[in-house]
Amino acid sequence: MHRVLCARRLSRLLALLVASVTVTGALGQHVVVSSEGPLHSIGAAIRQAQPGDSILVLKGVYNEPTILVDKAVTIIGKDFPVLDGKGENQIMTVVADSVTIQGLEFRNVGVTFVEDRAALKIDGAAFCRVEDNRIIDAYFGIYLARTSFCRLSGNTIQGSGLTETRSGNGIHLWYSKEIEIVSNEIRGHRDGIYFEFVEDSAVIDNISESNLRYGLHFMFSDRCTYHSNVFRANDAGVAVMYSENVEMVGNRFEHNWGSAVFGLLLKDITDSIIDDNVFVKNTIGIYAEGANRNVFEHNDFIENGWAVKIMANAQDNWFTHNNFIDNTFDVATNSRHHSSRFSKNHWDAYQGYDLDRDGYGDIPFHPVRLFSLIVERTETSILLLRSLFIQVLDAVEHTLPSLTPDTLADEMPVMVRL
Amino acid sequence: MNLRAVAKVIKYEWRDIFRSRWTLLYALFFLVTTEALFRFTGSGAKALLGLSSIVLVIIPLVSIVFGTIYLYNARPFTELLLAQPVNRAILFYGLFAGLTLPLSGSFLIGAGIPIVLRGGLVDTHMTAALLMTGSGVLLTFIFVALAFFIALRFEDRLRGLSVSVLLWIFFSVVYDGLVLVIVSVFANYPLEKPMLALMILNPIDLARVLLLLNLEASALMGYTGAVFEQFFGSLGGVITAIAGLVVWVTVPLIASVWKFKRKDF
Amino acid sequence: MIEIVGLVKSFGQLNVLDKIDLQIKRKRVTAVVGPNASGKTTLIKCILGLTRQQAGTIIFDGKPLDGAWDYRRHIGYMPQIARFPDHLKAREILMLLKELRDQPGAKGERLCEAFQLDSELDKPLGTLSGGTRQKINAILAFLFDPDVLFLDEPTAGLDPVAGSLLKDWIMRERDDGKTIVLTSHIMSEIEELADDLAFLVNGRVSIAGSAVDIKNSTGEDKLERAIAQIIVGTKD
Repeated sequence: MHRVLCARRLSRLLALLVASVTVTGALGQHVVVSSEGPLHSIGAAIRQAQPGDSILVLKGVYNEPTILVDKAVTIIGKDFPVLDGKGENQIMTVVADSVTIQGLEFRNVGVTFVEDRAALKIDGAAFCRVEDNRIIDAYFGIYLARTSFCRLSGNTIQGSGLTETRSGNGIHLWYSKEIEIVSNEIRGHRDGIYFEFVEDSAVIDNISESNLRYGLHFMFSDRCTYHSNVFRANDAGVAVMYSENVEMVGNRFEHNWGSAVFGLLLKDITDSIIDDNVFVKNTIGIYAEGANRNVFEHNDFIENGWAVKIMANAQDNWFTHNNFIDNTFDVATNSRHHSSRFSKNHWDAYQGYDLDRDGYGDIPFHPVRLFSLIVERTETSILLLRSLFIQVLDAVEHTLPSLTPDTLADEMPVMVRL
Repeated sequence: MNLRAVAKVIKYEWRDIFRSRWTLLYALFFLVTTEALFRFTGSGAKALLGLSSIVLVIIPLVSIVFGTIYLYNARPFTELLLAQPVNRAILFYGLFAGLTLPLSGSFLIGAGIPIVLRGGLVDTHMTAALLMTGSGVLLTFIFVALAFFIALRFEDRLRGLSVSVLLWIFFSVVYDGLVLVIVSVFANYPLEKPMLALMILNPIDLARVLLLLNLEASALMGYTGAVFEQFFGSLGGVITAIAGLVVWVTVPLIASVWKFKRKDF
Repeated sequence: MIEIVGLVKSFGQLNVLDKIDLQIKRKRVTAVVGPNASGKTTLIKCILGLTRQQAGTIIFDGKPLDGAWDYRRHIGYMPQIARFPDHLKAREILMLLKELRDQPGAKGERLCEAFQLDSELDKPLGTLSGGTRQKINAILAFLFDPDVLFLDEPTAGLDPVAGSLLKDWIMRERDDGKTIVLTSHIMSEIEELADDLAFLVNGRVSIAGSAVDIKNSTGEDKLERAIAQIIVGTKD
């Protein structure tokens, strides 16, 4: 898997190299735009420019109709010049390849329900770089359609945080591939990062928090990787669906609270790797539905309501070397029958012993409590949590299992935290 | 007889109570348990969670059993004082305070020392720690009041004591079993509001829900009904629960005073 | 001093007091006499407010009692069986009552001396013998030199020496102008102490009046015989 990733990285790097060579290779000129100067419109500067030119935008406020970038230019803001959409139009549309946008502040893009209006839309382009910009109060932030080989990095995107229907997504990708999204911060949008029909892309080191729906939301996006991101306190957590060969490594899913809120919702995700992530204080750490042949390893599940909820239609998943600590329920399921396997995880609720001192408990651990089954059937009974009656019931079921899935057991529970 | 006189009665009651040393044992029990929980769980939240489970079981049991025995044992003392110029209601409150204050005091000292020593009152678990100790005190008051009512209702000690233990079993185990049956039978109906009402009608459940709100809200928030989200997501839920507990102290207490005033000694 | 009108008290089905009318006169010893379970103790407890009647009025010193409690300032009560908190010492109980009533209680101390109880005062009450507890019981009644004394079977459980000592004490109190109500079923004792008599049978007052009048009206010189004669007479 890693070798595949490296190969892909290499190809992407090459592509970017080619792009930058194209830009610098043209030996373009420098154009300066300033609000007081003779050239005070970015749009006008682009119309004058030749492919390969650089446009330096000085500090100031620029109110212009939608700026069309149809040439391979580099637009660099000095001290964050403000491009104000005045709550109405889209601010910038890129349709040419090899465009770089850097150091600009986009403001006030109005809500509309007829089009996906964005602060910066890149449509049908390749080899673009969008770096270190600020986007404030935009309907959509950065919107990529039919785009490939682009890098979005270091951008700060702060949505208006009104309501779910009145906001767009922070970073929105549609029918794109080979995109790198690195070290951006997204807050107050509908979905922080949204992928639909995206392939071979990477999401690394981003922070997506306090968004109105999902911190990360992708569908039909195969072979994408998500590394070292933080998804925190999003209204509905993170939801990923209908994708294959996804790699989610080293991410943090934190403080995603509420009913139908998930640290990570996996719906019809197959052949993917969920490795080395941390799930802290989520109502539900991982919710897996129709997810098959996925590997969950080296994850920490700490202080969640449910660490893992795995439905019977999720098959052949493999949980190993995970830590389950201080969760109300470690594993919940809706059936006695299923085919996911748990092995060599650490469970703080394990009360067995290790007489042969091999580091593994001598009796299997059954992580599904009877009470979690009861709650699964009638949700209101959650109010009986920690009642003496329920504790007695759980103890009886533990001694003589009759309702909880006896196949769902960790045969080799690890005694100490991994 | 004024408040000063009540204080005198309490003073003599206490001399009696402290001489028998069980208050000390009670405080020691909580001291050892709390300390052990902090030591073995390693985390403050987990220790508080464990402690609250113990509080919800032990405090009602000890309060109702001791309360019943205490009032039967206080019978001679009561008769002695009732022949004196003493107002019955005030004597009753004296007897009530005479037991509830040492009981809740022992609990507060026993559980409180480890909590305070570990900075439980300044760190993030402060609310939870305060609510836990507060619920413990309120449960003491509730179950002593219930015990007094039982002891006044049944002249026969053995019968009174049996009723007390049965009432404890009812509130801590049977009641929740019945709730579970109701919930399963009516699973197809919207049950949020009846469920909340059912929780309010049992003081142990009420205290438990109050503590869960602060220690394990993540699980409670997993419920998809809007009623729970509203109740648990707001300060209103906590205030309602505390108010409910206060009502639970008041009602049996007033009923007991009423009975005490009319009782033949 | 105390006027009882139409007093009714029943425990469940059992009518213990069935419309009692009785006057207890000031500065005299009134003996409430009757067979076991005739309602003597209940009558006293009603006056003390320990037991609440279903109907009827008790007027104490001109004021009807209805849940009042302050009048007990003037009352000393010696219950039939002394029951004390076992862990407390007699001295602590004396102290408590003194603090509670804010009265000096010198009288009781003199009785203590008379009973030679000093060594027993610092032992837990639970460890004391029945007789000693009964002595302390008596002391508590006399402690604050009250105007009215209710003594329920005062000599029961006392040894003859202490019993006669107590009887002397009662006589002295009567001579001091105290109103005393006592119950007893020992006729000789009543003969010795009582000025007035109330004979209870089945919760009713069957005979009431001064001992002298009762004896005169029957021509008997023993109270016991006089009463017997009246009862036989009423039966006819």
